[in-house]
Amino acid sequence: MYVATKGGERAIDAAHAWLAEERRGDPSVPELSVAQIAQQLTLAVNRVMAEGSLYDPDLAALAIKQARGDLIEAVFLIRAYRTTLPRFGASLPVETEAMQITRRISATFKDVPGGQVLGPTFDYTHRLLDFALAAEGAPPPAARVPADAAPAPHVLGLLDRDGLMEPLTAGPETPPDLTREPLELPAARATRLQALARADEGFVLGLAYSTQRGYGRTHAFVGELRIGLCAVEMEIPELGFVLEIGEVELTECETVNQFTGSKTEPPQFTRGYGLVFGQSERKAISMSLVDRALRWEELGEDATGAPAQDAEFVLSHCDNIQATGFLEHIKLPHYVDFQSELELIRRLRRDTEGEPQ
Amino acid sequence: MSAPVSNAASDTSARAATLSLLARAPGVRLATLLPDLPPFDWLRRPEVGAVMLRGRMGAGGGAPFNLGEMTVTRCALRLADGTVGHAAVQGRDKGHATRVAVIDALMQGEDAVRIETAVLAPLRAEEAARRRLRAEKAAATKVEFFTLVRGED
Repeated sequence: MYVATKGGERAIDAAHAWLAEERRGDPSVPELSVAQIAQQLTLAVNRVMAEGSLYDPDLAALAIKQARGDLIEAVFLIRAYRTTLPRFGASLPVETEAMQITRRISATFKDVPGGQVLGPTFDYTHRLLDFALAAEGAPPPAARVPADAAPAPHVLGLLDRDGLMEPLTAGPETPPDLTREPLELPAARATRLQALARADEGFVLGLAYSTQRGYGRTHAFVGELRIGLCAVEMEIPELGFVLEIGEVELTECETVNQFTGSKTEPPQFTRGYGLVFGQSERKAISMSLVDRALRWEELGEDATGAPAQDAEFVLSHCDNIQATGFLEHIKLPHYVDFQSELELIRRLRRDTEGEPQ
Repeated sequence: MSAPVSNAASDTSARAATLSLLARAPGVRLATLLPDLPPFDWLRRPEVGAVMLRGRMGAGGGAPFNLGEMTVTRCALRLADGTVGHAAVQGRDKGHATRVAVIDALMQGEDAVRIETAVLAPLRAEEAARRRLRAEKAAATKVEFFTLVRGED
């Protein structure tokens, strides 16, 4: 417990004024605009949108500027802002099949309809610092070739057609919503996916990595990873029909995992699923691995006690705003708490010293 | 053979297509194409809120789940002749939402042809160009596999 204290107002005001000055940095260096952050630090913006759970690139860029580049602080600002917004409703489920593809790869099949499209990726770069970027200058234009209109169907759909994938199951059209109802365990897969979609990338990455190293292993292959723009469709009650209210960039990962078989089901591949705002493929792959690990019970696998299989552990700790809120509160004044601890230890020592040897 | 479509149904789908095109267009571009607005009364002033985006757990037919929210601005208005226009657009640009609602109303009256030429046709062409550019850059990064022959002798 901590108590309200007075007397720090002048110090707090001065601290915040200094913070504003430090945020600006050396005034002889031109100030960053929100548009520059939105355009040139896109992946940071994407991460703040994903973990802030609010798709709005300009707001995320503003939050990054205000937070001096501290992305968890920026996520905090976005989460606080979104609580002020009235909820207009929910969209129809986005149709990733109709995505305008920026990047689309499969690690399971070389030749897939629609092809392997690398897109603007860091893969195959040498990870050597490019000192040319320290100077200003326009990059050469990206290559263009005429695009064929060949569709790029989902790779797992091809396996599904042959009956080798576990079938997709239907569920309620109105899924549970973590922003409206507190987390209850055991959590439905829809709840788990909502939590993972807004979870801390580092935490989900670490858990996913732990499954690869043997803690709840699921033998994942990236069946397909796709990034691109998806239409957001919503039914407008006043109009009585569905229209597109915008477009969002999404990253989707579907994994093909070790097969299972049972008395009723033939051996078949199983699925893990990841879907994240923006271009966030590390997060999307991690999410699909953790999703698959959390499905052990419904797929009749053994509990190995691995952290990534423990829904309570994963869901209670994956949110970086909850985590940072609780973690950082211990730096706030706990003077009374600590006084009682001090009193206690002094009394214990007095009692011990008073005892005959 | 396509089934005959009733006027009401085709009107609705045309209106939905127009509202969708306008929502996807950049707000600043709309302001350039339609700088002056006719007089109107608000039925609902522009309001910024959130829409929960849903995904499916498994592409192509999985059950829905809540992915995260998106900012949306909506409004409704009535032109002097009584025609009502609605808007719901991504983002927080109230001017964008206002123009979409005005155009929605204008498209139901005698101005439809003028608006189609001055606003919708350019937006459609620009969107097609944006999409083609993305598709062509993506196509340039498509991997063309070829097989290396290994010497076995």
